[in-house]
Amino acid sequence: MSLAFVRRHVLTVWSLFFFGYLLLPIAVVAAFSFNQPRGRFNFTWEGFTWSNWTHWNAIPGIQSAVELSLEIALIASILATGLGTLMALALVRYGFRGRATTNFIVFLPLSTPEIVLGASLLTLFLNFSTPLGFWTILIAHVMFCVSFAVVTVKARLVGFDRHLEEAAMDLGANEWTTFRKVTLPLIAPAILAALLLCFAISVDDFVVTYFVAGPRVTFPIFVWGAARVATPPQINVIGIGFFVIAVTAMLANVVLQNRRAQRA
Amino acid sequence: MGFLHQRRGLAPYLLLAPGMLWLAAFFLVPLGFLVYQSLQSGNIDFGYAFTWAWGNYWSAIKGYRGEFERSFEYAGLATVIALVVSYPVAYWIAFRGGRWKNLLLLFIVAPFFVTYLIRTLAWETILSDHGFVVRLLTDIHLVSPGGRVLATGTAVVAGITYNFLPFMALPLYVSLEQIDQSLVEAAGDLYASKWIAFLRVTFPLSLPGVVAGTLLTFIPAAGDFINAQLLGSPTSHMIGNVINSKFNELIDYPAAAAMSFILMAIILGMVLLYARAVGTEKLTG
Repeated sequence: MSLAFVRRHVLTVWSLFFFGYLLLPIAVVAAFSFNQPRGRFNFTWEGFTWSNWTHWNAIPGIQSAVELSLEIALIASILATGLGTLMALALVRYGFRGRATTNFIVFLPLSTPEIVLGASLLTLFLNFSTPLGFWTILIAHVMFCVSFAVVTVKARLVGFDRHLEEAAMDLGANEWTTFRKVTLPLIAPAILAALLLCFAISVDDFVVTYFVAGPRVTFPIFVWGAARVATPPQINVIGIGFFVIAVTAMLANVVLQNRRAQRA
Repeated sequence: MGFLHQRRGLAPYLLLAPGMLWLAAFFLVPLGFLVYQSLQSGNIDFGYAFTWAWGNYWSAIKGYRGEFERSFEYAGLATVIALVVSYPVAYWIAFRGGRWKNLLLLFIVAPFFVTYLIRTLAWETILSDHGFVVRLLTDIHLVSPGGRVLATGTAVVAGITYNFLPFMALPLYVSLEQIDQSLVEAAGDLYASKWIAFLRVTFPLSLPGVVAGTLLTFIPAAGDFINAQLLGSPTSHMIGNVINSKFNELIDYPAAAAMSFILMAIILGMVLLYARAVGTEKLTG
């Protein structure tokens, strides 16, 4: 690369370095998922093996941790998206007393550090002597996902052409039919996006969960506990497994969108 | 929507009720309990009782001033670095991305899908004493022979910067993507150089993205304790580490609650000041 070339393509070169930096740790995690560590820690390369992948659940507790994470994420994302969609509809479609306050309250959890969310929920549960476990984790996850769902659905509703609904009503559809046949299909992509976002946030959450989980162990809590005494390569296997599934789904979505755009 | 047209006045409240009740019960009320807890005194063995113990706040500030300052210093540094690093990339994707835009955005979000803790552990591997980063930095004399990167403040800031990068890059991209290119061309027609056009037209128009990105990066960064725990040492611990250990290990609830409340109050104050300074009233949408 000559200097002139670099100068002309400085943005491109910068961006390529950026993506390299972004993906470097992922490459390291992927590579070390095939490692054969001699000690308890998986920090230096010792040799290649498939066995971490074929025996991904060989570590006691890892499988139940993954299952709990998925279960919580599934229920929490559905609940939070449901609540959030209704709130978004109210906030975009209606002018009402208390709208600004509502917007502020929805915004507030997004601007509160996770550690404060976790700490305050824990004090609530302590004061009511609520046993910590599955339900307290679920309550917490729905709480911090709702605001994300509201923001995601709201963004789509703002650019929504209300004439479509009026047209349906003019053609004799009642309000419920209009909502079901016109409104819902049009905001469905936003609802799906909110679901996926909530799922991703929930599966990944460590801080809040750590405060309210009590004896239950989600996958991030498992990693945290493991990191102090040993880091089995199976942790990497599951991390990369999630990554591959999520990226494949997103790639499929990008391809679909591009095709649809070409057809239109 | 209007399937509740008949009772139009009630409709928005009915739609809001379930979600707002959830947020009230599990976000607002707990904040009240946090304050209540922070004014208690006592110990684990005999329990805690509410005594208007304002002293918890003074001892939190006096005893952990260093950790508080370090939190905001590290978070501020990470935010500025993230902004400088990702602005050109967001610009590049928005204006040169063409039909690859969505794919490039996917690359920015993708690392997100490897659990936060695993990503941070990966940095522990990369920055470890025998890793190639330390070797390279030693070769170019940025690290003295036998020196280390891991267990220093630098490693913590690097970890935080990395972990919150998408929160910066995505809002920047969104605001840059919306800019009407004819405005930039108009500046060119009026004999503005490329740099002047950028500084006077493009950059000001991208400010909403800069504001959103800095807030979305700074807030979680200031409360973080994972990077400091895994990549730092006790001398680079942040206030999040103290809150975490007081809550989950030492069971000193009042002190931890007081610290959490101080952290939240400072962040909220900074957010409001910042919003006023940049003149973004529409912060809350």
